[in-house]
Amino acid sequence: MKTEGLSTLVALVEDNPGVLTKVATLFRRRGFNIASLNVGHSEQPGISRMTIVIEGTGAHIKQCEKHLYKLVEVVKVVDITNADRVDKELALVKIAAHGAERSSVVALAQAFDGEVVDVGRNALIVQLTASPYTIERFLSLAGDFGVVELTRTGLITMARGDVRRARGPVAARRPGSNHKE
Amino acid sequence: MIDRKVRTGGSIICDVFLEEGVTAIFGMPGGASLPFYDSLYDYPQIKHYLMRNEQGAGYAADGYARALNSVGVATSTSGPGATNLVTPIASAMMDSIPVVFLTGQVATPFIGTDAFQETDITGVTIPITKQNYLVKSVHELPRIMKEAFYLARSGRPGPVLVDVPKDVFLDETDEPVPESVELRGYKPAGAGHRRMIRKAAELIDKSERPVIMAGHGVAISGAFEELRELAEKAEIPVITTLHGVGDFPETHPLSFGMIGMHGMYYANMAVSDCDLIIGLGLRFDDRVTGRVPDFAPKAKIIHVDIDPAEIEKVVPTAVPIVGDVKATLQILNPLVSANTHTAWLEELNRLRTNHPSHEPPPNEEFLPQHMVRYIYEATEGEAIVVADVGQNQMWASQMFFYEKPYTFFSAGGLGGMGYALPAAMGVQVARPDQTVWCVTGDGGLQINIQELAAMAEYNIPVKVGVMNNAHLGMIRQWQNRFYNGRLMGAELINPDFAKVAEAFGIRGIRAETQDEARDAISQAMEFDGPVLVDFIVDELEDCYPMVEPGASLAETVER
Repeated sequence: MKTEGLSTLVALVEDNPGVLTKVATLFRRRGFNIASLNVGHSEQPGISRMTIVIEGTGAHIKQCEKHLYKLVEVVKVVDITNADRVDKELALVKIAAHGAERSSVVALAQAFDGEVVDVGRNALIVQLTASPYTIERFLSLAGDFGVVELTRTGLITMARGDVRRARGPVAARRPGSNHKE
Repeated sequence: MIDRKVRTGGSIICDVFLEEGVTAIFGMPGGASLPFYDSLYDYPQIKHYLMRNEQGAGYAADGYARALNSVGVATSTSGPGATNLVTPIASAMMDSIPVVFLTGQVATPFIGTDAFQETDITGVTIPITKQNYLVKSVHELPRIMKEAFYLARSGRPGPVLVDVPKDVFLDETDEPVPESVELRGYKPAGAGHRRMIRKAAELIDKSERPVIMAGHGVAISGAFEELRELAEKAEIPVITTLHGVGDFPETHPLSFGMIGMHGMYYANMAVSDCDLIIGLGLRFDDRVTGRVPDFAPKAKIIHVDIDPAEIEKVVPTAVPIVGDVKATLQILNPLVSANTHTAWLEELNRLRTNHPSHEPPPNEEFLPQHMVRYIYEATEGEAIVVADVGQNQMWASQMFFYEKPYTFFSAGGLGGMGYALPAAMGVQVARPDQTVWCVTGDGGLQINIQELAAMAEYNIPVKVGVMNNAHLGMIRQWQNRFYNGRLMGAELINPDFAKVAEAFGIRGIRAETQDEARDAISQAMEFDGPVLVDFIVDELEDCYPMVEPGASLAETVER
């Protein structure tokens, strides 16, 4: 996944049935192209966190953000494209590997801090947790052996650094906490 | 008031209607909604109007909502009933009309089994509702009903659909209706940002050629007095969008009519020449702007709208103000200096005198424009006009001078033909004391002509004016102008509408000349009850002024 021309939005949404459909429908209807979409629980009960990587930058993304906010279930949207952040994605890659190739594939996986999680007669599965960019590099090299199956979770991401204040309207106020900046 | 009385789902819905002040609803029953109708039997305070197609019910609720600037209700059964509501739902979405659509659904055990009359109507209506709900348990129903009305009416209003399975209407709960609504993700704006409002006031003070563009948001927020105060204090000409018609008295010296594809010549020129646009509650629709890069080329734009997604959607904005128009103007007006713009107004008045787009051509033939003008004269402007879509809609806005708020309604956004007849019925139900004229075409009338039966049944005294030119007029106009006169599907072979009306039990009158038209209008006005007048107008008259598709407002064609 190339990252040029892409933007990353994090949306906190009410964990109601149909929310994912609403978000997906919105993107389709307004012509925003999704590069990857990840949904899971957040630290708040009843709130899911969506990480959406979309094609486009600038005003296009601003408009996307506004349209997301129009959905009643969307509580908060943050454009973290330019934030200092930790990007991670999990990939499972089944790579063709016969005989002597195996050790080369294992070495390649190790070089990327990957883990071999399954060994078959003519293929290995490598599990890789890394940034999308690193996964791309790995896939390019693994291509020399033959990638026979691939699944990726899509990007999940989080801004780096200390907690300075309760973040956003969903975060519960913690009485007594006094984090000086 | 926490009332822990045990109630059925159907009763809860009726109770919420009453709490929300809804005393009339429009619908058609069906298998899945029968338990709701059984509850309704016990609520004589809620008058149910049985429409003849769910589309008619949806549009009637839309008209009711517009006339009262409050929430309307339409109801249908599952499946085909619900899908027949789709067009009015889409229309209410486009025009920001607060309507709660209550649909029956197959019983919860059958959902997802392709049961008889099952349609996933919440799935279907995701992109055309402000919010929708499938109520899976009666315990959720009180909260959902409360939210539905709140969401429909607050912020930028819009349609909310509540899909209720048959068993949920029957199930009982002691869950009370909550007193307030708590939605973490929904916080409609109040007044705009102070700093932006100050900036707007500075721009207004500096402007030599300002124009106010007033849209639907002025009517929704009820900012008529504030708009007038601003216009008069700083002597700023006021132009409206189609949905802004009625925002500002059209005979006021500062009123320069409606802008757009068929707007007043002088309104289009004013916007093209101005140095500042004060846009109040509008979305700069493509029918308003003409070719966007050439729209108001010399102007800075102040844009006030409650929906942040409308700001900068179409036009670049110098001062964006996200907020309610009324609340914003209440802060803005005192910051704006009293001012005059004598030279600018002289220029615009000269344009208006030399290009009187609001006058019918001086023909002997009976033109469609005459029909609207004669209705204006006969009612002395004291009527509510509900226009359909097409040429009739444009002439209804051009040839009548609207003086008061909430006196002109039209489905401008979706542009669904067939709107006017049922919507006018909803308007009349909401405003029984007013004269309501439905201005429709021979094409649009036939899309929901079945509602004449409901009009007769309930004796809803709408005056239906059919602008009958034996064509889908706007189609003919475009095919003549842009497709070398190759008319295809533009001509209509019609029944005798006056006789059709009589068959429905409605008084029918046919008028073929200017004199007959005047006479028919006064007969219709004198008659206590619904009347349909079939105005046989000139078949070939085209609607002008016109901004051709792809052209700029400055290129407005007058003939």
